[in-house]
Amino acid sequence: MSRKLLLDKANVQGIRTYDVYRREGGYASVEKALKMTPDQVTEEVKKSGLRGRGGAGFPTGLKWSFLAKPEGVPRHLVCNADESEPGTFKDRYLMEFLPHLLIEGLIVSSYALGSKVTYIYIRGEYAWIPEILETAIAEARANGWLGKNILGTGFDCEIYVHTGAGAYICGEETALLESLEGKRGNPRIKPPFPAVKGVWDRPTVVNNVETLAAIVPIMNIGGEEYVKIGVGKSTGTKLISACGNINKPGVYEIDMTISVEEFIYSDEYCGGIPNGKRLKACIPGGSSVPILPANLLLKTVKGEKRLMNYESLSDGGFAKGSMLGSGGFIVLDEDQCVVRNTLTLARFYRHESCGQCSPCREGTGWMEKILRNIDTGKGKKSDIDLLWDIQRKIEGNTICPLGDAAAWPIAAAIRHFRDEFEWHVDNPQECLVRNYGLAHYADPLEVVAPA
Amino acid sequence: MIKFSEEKLKKVGEIITRYPEGKQKSAIIPVLHMAQDEFGGWLSAESMDYVATLLQLEPIEVYEVATFYSMFNLKPVGRYVFEVCQTGPCMVRGCDDIIDYIKKKLNIAVGETTPDGLFTLKTVECLGACGYAPMMQLGKYFRENLTPEKVDSIIEECRQKAATNN
Amino acid sequence: MADEKKLFKVTIDNITIEVEPGTSILNAARKIGGDVAPPAMCYYTTLKGSGGKCRTCLVEVAAGSTADPRPMPKLVASCRTNVMDGMVVKNITSDKVIDARNGVVEFLLINHPLDCPICDQAGECSLQDLGYEHGKEGTRYEFARRTFEKHDMGPYIQLHMTRCIMCFRCVYAADQLTEKRQHGILDRGDHAEIATYIQKSLDHDFIGNIIDVCPVGALTDKTFRFKNRVWFLKPVDAHRNCSHAKCSGKVTLWYRGEEVFRVTARKDQWGEVKDFICNECRFEKKATADWEIEGPTLVSRHSVISQGHYVGVERPQEVLYDVLDGRKPQLLMDIHSVSEVDRPEIDLSKINGPAHSTDFEPHEARGLNPTSQAGNPWNTGKLEKQ
Repeated sequence: MSRKLLLDKANVQGIRTYDVYRREGGYASVEKALKMTPDQVTEEVKKSGLRGRGGAGFPTGLKWSFLAKPEGVPRHLVCNADESEPGTFKDRYLMEFLPHLLIEGLIVSSYALGSKVTYIYIRGEYAWIPEILETAIAEARANGWLGKNILGTGFDCEIYVHTGAGAYICGEETALLESLEGKRGNPRIKPPFPAVKGVWDRPTVVNNVETLAAIVPIMNIGGEEYVKIGVGKSTGTKLISACGNINKPGVYEIDMTISVEEFIYSDEYCGGIPNGKRLKACIPGGSSVPILPANLLLKTVKGEKRLMNYESLSDGGFAKGSMLGSGGFIVLDEDQCVVRNTLTLARFYRHESCGQCSPCREGTGWMEKILRNIDTGKGKKSDIDLLWDIQRKIEGNTICPLGDAAAWPIAAAIRHFRDEFEWHVDNPQECLVRNYGLAHYADPLEVVAPA
Repeated sequence: MIKFSEEKLKKVGEIITRYPEGKQKSAIIPVLHMAQDEFGGWLSAESMDYVATLLQLEPIEVYEVATFYSMFNLKPVGRYVFEVCQTGPCMVRGCDDIIDYIKKKLNIAVGETTPDGLFTLKTVECLGACGYAPMMQLGKYFRENLTPEKVDSIIEECRQKAATNN
Repeated sequence: MADEKKLFKVTIDNITIEVEPGTSILNAARKIGGDVAPPAMCYYTTLKGSGGKCRTCLVEVAAGSTADPRPMPKLVASCRTNVMDGMVVKNITSDKVIDARNGVVEFLLINHPLDCPICDQAGECSLQDLGYEHGKEGTRYEFARRTFEKHDMGPYIQLHMTRCIMCFRCVYAADQLTEKRQHGILDRGDHAEIATYIQKSLDHDFIGNIIDVCPVGALTDKTFRFKNRVWFLKPVDAHRNCSHAKCSGKVTLWYRGEEVFRVTARKDQWGEVKDFICNECRFEKKATADWEIEGPTLVSRHSVISQGHYVGVERPQEVLYDVLDGRKPQLLMDIHSVSEVDRPEIDLSKINGPAHSTDFEPHEARGLNPTSQAGNPWNTGKLEKQ
C-alpha cells in the first residue's frame, strides 16, 4: 500500500463539503503557512523537490523563485485546470471530489507568491465542476480563509474560476494566459516568460491542479518529509490516471517507487488486462509521450525493472524509454492496432493545433492524412519514411510544445512498430479486417488462462 | 433584438469585476457560454455582436474568439447534442462502435441533426474521461461507459424530456 | 562621441559586427546583409508584435553570450530573439538551420495553390523567392490542397485565402493603422483564415496598407487586378501633399508607358514599408498630374522587376538589319508562305484517322493542283501517292 497524501481522505463521506473537510484536518496548511513568511513557504516547496505535475516536470519551487516582484505591480497565480491531454483525467477527479484540497493549496501558494487575485482556468467541457469549485470557494470565504485580511495577517486573496471553451492548446501556459485575457489561445513567443510578463503583462505563475494540491501535504508534513516519499528527483506522490485495456481504470495515487509491472497487474491498481489478453504496448504519460512496446515498458534496456517515476520511465531516452508526463497511463492489449491508435492521436493534434506557426499547422494535417492512408490500406512504403521526416521537421521548430507533442507519438510508433506499419502497406486488404497482433514483442509475463 | 434578462446582465457585470479594470475582454468566453445557452444553443452573428456591445469590444474580436474554441456552435444544432469522444483511449475502448450505433439509431451522419431538430451527433477530441470510455458529453454532463443499451436509454430520456417540456 | 554606448558584439556566420543592445538577431544579420540575413515571412519591422510565427528565420545559437557561452538547445526565431554580447549565431553555415528551413518552406508550400501564373503578386512575392531559394522541385504532398469559401472584402482589396501563409501581418497592420479593425483570424489550426466573419467590405482610410504588408498574393489591389505583370511596369518614386494627417504621401508609381497602373507605398530592400499611405493616394490618384515625380525607384538587380530596367540604360546603336549582316530579319513572316507542311486548303477535320507525315509533302511532289478539290485524295479517303 502506497502512502497517500492527496487522496487519503477521498473516500470520507461528504469530504466535498467544508465542514467535513475541516473536521478531517483541512486548512491546517493555511494556518501553518500564514505564520511563515512567503519566502519561507517557497523555501519549503523547494525543499520538497516537488515537480510540476502537468507534464513537463519542472521543479515548482524553482519556478516560483523566478517570479518577478516589481514594486507596485500586482502578481497572479493561475491554476491550470485545462486538463486535456488524452489519457489524463486526474485533475478532474481532484476538483470534483476534493475541491477544498485545491482551494487550500491555492491559498497557501497565493500567499507564497503574493497573488491577491488567483484564477482557476478550467476547461469548458468540465462544465459541472466550476459550480463545485465556486461552492467550495464561497464556503472557504465564509469561514475566513479567503477575502480580506485572512486570519488577521493582512493577506488578502480572492479566487475566481474562469472557464475555457474547448482548446487543448490552452493547457500550454502562455496560451492559457492569452485565453484568460479573452483572446484566441495562441501561445506566446518566449521570452518574455510569464514569470516576468504573464497575464495582462503582470508577473504570473501558472501551475497544474495536482501541483497546487500537493502544496497542502508539503506544508503539513514539511518539505524534508515529502522528499523521503519516492526516489531521487521523483519526490512525493503522483496521481496516475489509468485507462485503456485494464480491468480497473481510474485515478490512483502512487508513491513513485512501485514498478510499472506492479501498477498494471496488481489488484491494488489496474488489476491486469481483461479477458486474459496480453500486453502489447503502453503510453505511460499522456498521449504525447512515446509509446513503448511491452518488453521495453516493463524493463529498462539494462534489464532492470522499470519504475513509475520520472527518471525510470525516461531511462533509455526516447529511443528506449518514454516519460512520466502528466500521468495519463494508456494500456493497449494485443488486439489493438498501433497504426490506428497513432492515427487518432495525429487527428487529435491536427484538431488542436492553433494554426499560428507553419510546421505545426501544416505538418499535423499532413501526418494525419498519410496515417489515414496507411490505416485504410492505401499507404506506400515510402509513406513511413515520409512520416518520419515530417515529424522530424516539426519537432523543436515550433513556437510551443504542441509541435513536439504531435511529433513524438508518431516517431515512437514508427520506431517501435515499424513492422506493423509495413504490414499495413503490404496487406492492404487484410489490414481492414484484422489487426497485426502482438508481433515480435514478446510479453515477458506468463498469462493466466481465463477460467 | 436579443437581450439577456436582468438577472443575466447582473451576472455579466459580476463576471467583469473578476478581472482588473479595463480588462473586461477577459469575460468574453464566460459571456459567450451564457449567450450560447440563452440564445438557442448556438452563436449567431447577432448573439456575438450583442456580446461585443456588452463588453465594449469590436465585433471581430468576438468572432475571432468564438471561432477558435470548439465548444461554440456557429450553426444551429439540435436540442440535444451528442458529443462523442473519438481520441485514442476512447478508440481503444470501442467508441467507433458507439458512434456507428448512434448513427444507425438516429439515422444521421456525424455533424447532422435529426429532422425533428432533437438530436445532433458530433465527434469530439479528448474530453478527459479516458478511464470511463467510451463516453460522450450531453449538455453540461458526461455520459460515461457507454453501451448500445445505455445509448438507447439516453435517447429515450431526451425524447421524454422534450415531450414534457414542450 | 561624448556618451559612448556599450555595443554588443555578435558573430553571425563567422562575420562579427557590433550592434546596439536590444537588436534582434535578424536585424543584426540584415546589417551584414546578403545571404547572412535570414528570410522573414511574418516579421515586419514597423508592425509591433509581428514575427515568430512562420519559422523561416530560425537560426542556431552556437553560443548564448560571453557570460554564458552555452548553445541554445533549439533553433530560435531570429526575428524575436535579441542578441547578447558575444553571441555566436549560425545561419547558412548551419546544416540544422538549412534542414529546418527547407522543412518550413515545404510546409508553407504544401497547401499553397502555386497559381503564380495568374497571381498578381508574382514577381514581388516573398514566397516565390523563398521557394526559389529553399524549395525543392516537385512535392511530396499527395493530397488535395486546402480551399476556403470566398470572401468579398469590398472594392479595393482582393482576398485569395488559399495563398495565405498566416503571417498575421495584415491583422497587426489593421490593428495599428486603423482605429477599428474589421477583419481578423477566424477558426483555428489548418483551417484558420483571414476573414470578416460577416461579409463586410474593408473601408477604413488606411486599410489599403494590408496589401503592401502581405508577403504573398493573398491580399492584392483590386484596382490593379489582372491589369499587368509587375515586371512590365516601371516603378517611379513620387510624392504629393496629402491632406490626410497620418498619410506620408510618399509612394511608388508603377508605370507602363504613360499610364500609372498602380500606386503602392515605398518598400525598402527587405520589402518593408516605413511610411504608410492612405487609400486615396493608393486607389484614387492614378494620374501623373497628381504627383511630384522624384525619379526612378531603386530596384535590386536580382529582382525580376529590374527586367524592365531603364536606369542608365544604353540603347543599342545599330539596327537589327546591321546585326544580321544585311539579311532581312525573318521574324514577321507569313507562316503559309514558308511552311512546307501547311495545307490551308485542306479541312483537317475531314481526314479519316490520324494524319501521317507523308500527307504533308509539298504540293508539287504530289502532282496536285492545290486549287483542285476534285483531285484531292483527302476527299476520297485514298492515301496512296499518285
